[in-house]
Amino acid sequence: MIGSHRRFTPLQRLLHWLMAACILAMLFIGVGMVSTVMPKYLTLVSIHKPLGIAILTLALIRLALRLRYGAPPLPADLPEPMKLAAQVSHYAFYALMISMPLIGWGMLSAAAYPVVLFEGWHLPAILPQSDSLHTLLWDAHFYLAFAFFALTLLHVAAALFHALVRRDGVFETMAPAVTYGEVAPAKEGRHAV
Amino acid sequence: MAAPHQPPAFGPLALIAVIIGAGAAAFAYTAGWFSPQRLTPGKLVAAFAPPTGVALGHRRNHAKGICFTGVFEANGVGSELSQAPVLARGEYPVLGRFNLGTADPNAPDATVRVRGLGIRISAPDGQEWRSAMINAPVFPVSTPEAFYELLRASKDPNAMAAFAAAHPEFAAFGDWAKNGPWTASYAEERFNSLNSFVFVDASGAEHAVRWSLLPAARPVAVSPDELAKNGPDFLEQEIARRVAGAPQRWTLVVTVANAGDPTADPTKPWPADRRTIEVGTLAAQQVQLEPDGPCRDINFDPAVLPSGMRTSDDPFPAARSAAYAKSYDLRTAEAKDYPRTTTGAKP
Repeated sequence: MIGSHRRFTPLQRLLHWLMAACILAMLFIGVGMVSTVMPKYLTLVSIHKPLGIAILTLALIRLALRLRYGAPPLPADLPEPMKLAAQVSHYAFYALMISMPLIGWGMLSAAAYPVVLFEGWHLPAILPQSDSLHTLLWDAHFYLAFAFFALTLLHVAAALFHALVRRDGVFETMAPAVTYGEVAPAKEGRHAV
Repeated sequence: MAAPHQPPAFGPLALIAVIIGAGAAAFAYTAGWFSPQRLTPGKLVAAFAPPTGVALGHRRNHAKGICFTGVFEANGVGSELSQAPVLARGEYPVLGRFNLGTADPNAPDATVRVRGLGIRISAPDGQEWRSAMINAPVFPVSTPEAFYELLRASKDPNAMAAFAAAHPEFAAFGDWAKNGPWTASYAEERFNSLNSFVFVDASGAEHAVRWSLLPAARPVAVSPDELAKNGPDFLEQEIARRVAGAPQRWTLVVTVANAGDPTADPTKPWPADRRTIEVGTLAAQQVQLEPDGPCRDINFDPAVLPSGMRTSDDPFPAARSAAYAKSYDLRTAEAKDYPRTTTGAKP
């Protein structure tokens, strides 16, 4: 749906910044844990799993809010390729935020590992044990993680481009707080996704 | 608000480039791309590779093995040390694997010094206790880094002498390897955790422990020369025959450290007078060949622990967990190179 308001709702903004911190931490934990055999390996793995499930939960809530409240329109004068990039990248974000935890959960299930979230507290297996499924999901989890990080960098670059170069109010729609003078609403822009 | 159609200023664009570049660099650093000396799971696992190349589809170490299923009968005494559900009085299903400490799945049994036993004990609520033990009384080295050095040195007899000289802690293991008794059966072996773990009891009190499986069968010492006269797979054939005749048993004994005992160093045994507690009996009831067996695609990761148990300051369970996972990821991706023998066999 098309949002009529100028900014994302406070709850959407809160979730965005909370998830930004979670996802960045998750990507760094993930790439760090698979590159060490030191005791921090176990610490990182023990954070990676519950944090992934937390991101999955938050992403589903966020998707519901997005469907309910929509998003503010993009500036009318934003070039079409940039609008398209904004839309596609946001679909990709939702797909990754939801699929990555599920792929990780499925990967552990296919390897018959107990999916321990906290001591003594584990999730059920969502897939039968299978070496071929494990390999498929492992590869997906690995390569999508790098894609996720690349997308995150692109997203940050775009946000900063809006904030510092175009100064078109797009950054302010998701900014934690209004920082300076209210921006003029776009008159007939397509909605941001 | 500034006019949106000014040409982009250089300053903001440069700032954006710096921020993105810094983010990418931090990620690459975390991934170890700037740290070629970092001991990664991949390097550790690769160091096991024999000169003839890795055996695709198999574990990268302890590659030769045979599966068993059975039961762990907990007597309940262990509950005073740990609230782990598998130590509460009762019977819990076990999946296990007898194995040899070699990267060659076709190594003749008599040529491999280290024998191992991996087990997974399952509690009704789905919690698991996985452990991989060996018959050596001490571990050869104190740290994962030294273990990596040992793996590299072991490929070269000259380097091995230098390694032993630089690592006096290796002597106890070396002595056992040279002079310790051999047996003709997995059923006569004592298997030791060597690594220490922490048991947490119901009051929250913590106890540093190690554990061992003591065989019910009386060990009969046999010389290596005598063993070499057997067929290449005599250990597997013997344990399959033996278990088919009657379940084979081990007593699980937990040793509790005193304050100040070396918990972080598996080359250092604890004094013999430390408190030991028999917590139950492992019974191997059925043996299955590995290609179609239930242990084949199980990772006996020593860091898979139920509530009431956790890792200690011993650095090895983390290193083993990381390396075992890497080995698992590699070999499951190579499953076609280690075909199952029965069509439609369950993975």
